[in-house]
Amino acid sequence: MLATAVILFREVLEAALIVAIVLGASRGIAGRGRWVAGGIGLGLVGASLIALLAADLSASLGGSGQAILNAVILLGAVVMLTWHNVWMSSHGRKLAAEISSVGADVQTGKKPLTALMVVTFAAVTREGSEAVLFLWAIAAGGGNSLGMTIGGLGGVAAGILVGLLLYRGLLRIPLRHFFSVTSWIILLLTAGLAAQAAGYLNQAGLLPALGTSLWDTSQLLSQASIVGQLLHILVGYIARPSGIQLLFYVVTLLTVLVLMRLVGRPRRPQTEAASP
Amino acid sequence: MSLPTNTLALRRYVRSPSMAGAALLWAALIALALAAPATGRAEAETAPVLTIDGQQFHPKELTLPPGQKVKLTIRNKGSLPAEFESYDLSREVVVPVGGEVTVYVGPLEAGRYEFFNDFNQSMRGAVVVKPTDANAPGGQ
Repeated sequence: MLATAVILFREVLEAALIVAIVLGASRGIAGRGRWVAGGIGLGLVGASLIALLAADLSASLGGSGQAILNAVILLGAVVMLTWHNVWMSSHGRKLAAEISSVGADVQTGKKPLTALMVVTFAAVTREGSEAVLFLWAIAAGGGNSLGMTIGGLGGVAAGILVGLLLYRGLLRIPLRHFFSVTSWIILLLTAGLAAQAAGYLNQAGLLPALGTSLWDTSQLLSQASIVGQLLHILVGYIARPSGIQLLFYVVTLLTVLVLMRLVGRPRRPQTEAASP
Repeated sequence: MSLPTNTLALRRYVRSPSMAGAALLWAALIALALAAPATGRAEAETAPVLTIDGQQFHPKELTLPPGQKVKLTIRNKGSLPAEFESYDLSREVVVPVGGEVTVYVGPLEAGRYEFFNDFNQSMRGAVVVKPTDANAPGGQ
């Protein structure tokens, strides 16, 4: 029962944390709740579909169908989070000012609401499909299935609770710093997801490893530990990263950072050339 | 999308030196992706199979050669779905009942790499990488 709870907790945790961060980072944007809820709903449908088609999916693409699908979902989330962050870099300040003056959600022009939905969908689908498969296995296994069901539900609830706590914690950040803090969190999250995608593409034999373990910090901080797990989700910590994972991490980090800086830079008159 | 409407920022973006760095890195990534299928063809001399049955991995210790990319096949002959996972190898894949999946690993250095079933963590095993006695060094 406890083992079941722990396994489902871990599956739910990643999705819950990502949803919490996305919800926090889109604070003040009218309609975000509906879009995120839509993403969760679609994600649950996607998760069930993947679980249902698991056998066909696994057999597809020379046995690498699952890894490739995971990589595609992750890269989709990376693109959407990048868009969100770039958008925030030019609208965040205005948004913060309006929230503090109006105290309510703001109707701004173009907003990355679809990005919120896609990211939520991606997180829920990926982790949810594993949770569904696992629950299915319990149901099929019989035995002490009542205890395991209770444990499973407990694990799901605990995962959601941690996500909720993170969300409440984020909201305590002073409004003045709020969007820059959430931007940094999303930046690291995005780089971590890109590194995960690289791992899946390497697993599928589509990308070279470029060094299977560049370093090994599993003695220092095991990825199986709670802290290691949290850091893996939030900032992409990998105890034994391959070269390609590090490369994807760094390239994504730099690309998003550069885009944010350039788009977020306050407008100056065009005549003012780069002088000094 | 705010990006395309902002031509000024875009123009600056293209010209900035930091962007040149990022562009170079992306070019390297794409080149690698294109080169990968070619490198993939070279190996795959060994075709090890890991079987899941009766809530056990068979074999529990899988010996692989060092310095080679290996195509590992994982079959699930048990009655429950399993998730092959390894932090040491950075690998994670669900193996449905009656299913068979492919996982590429390596090239690995000599050593021990543990793996487990994430759906039943008492089920553990390891990849042991060491040179085989038969074909001594200088293979490839």
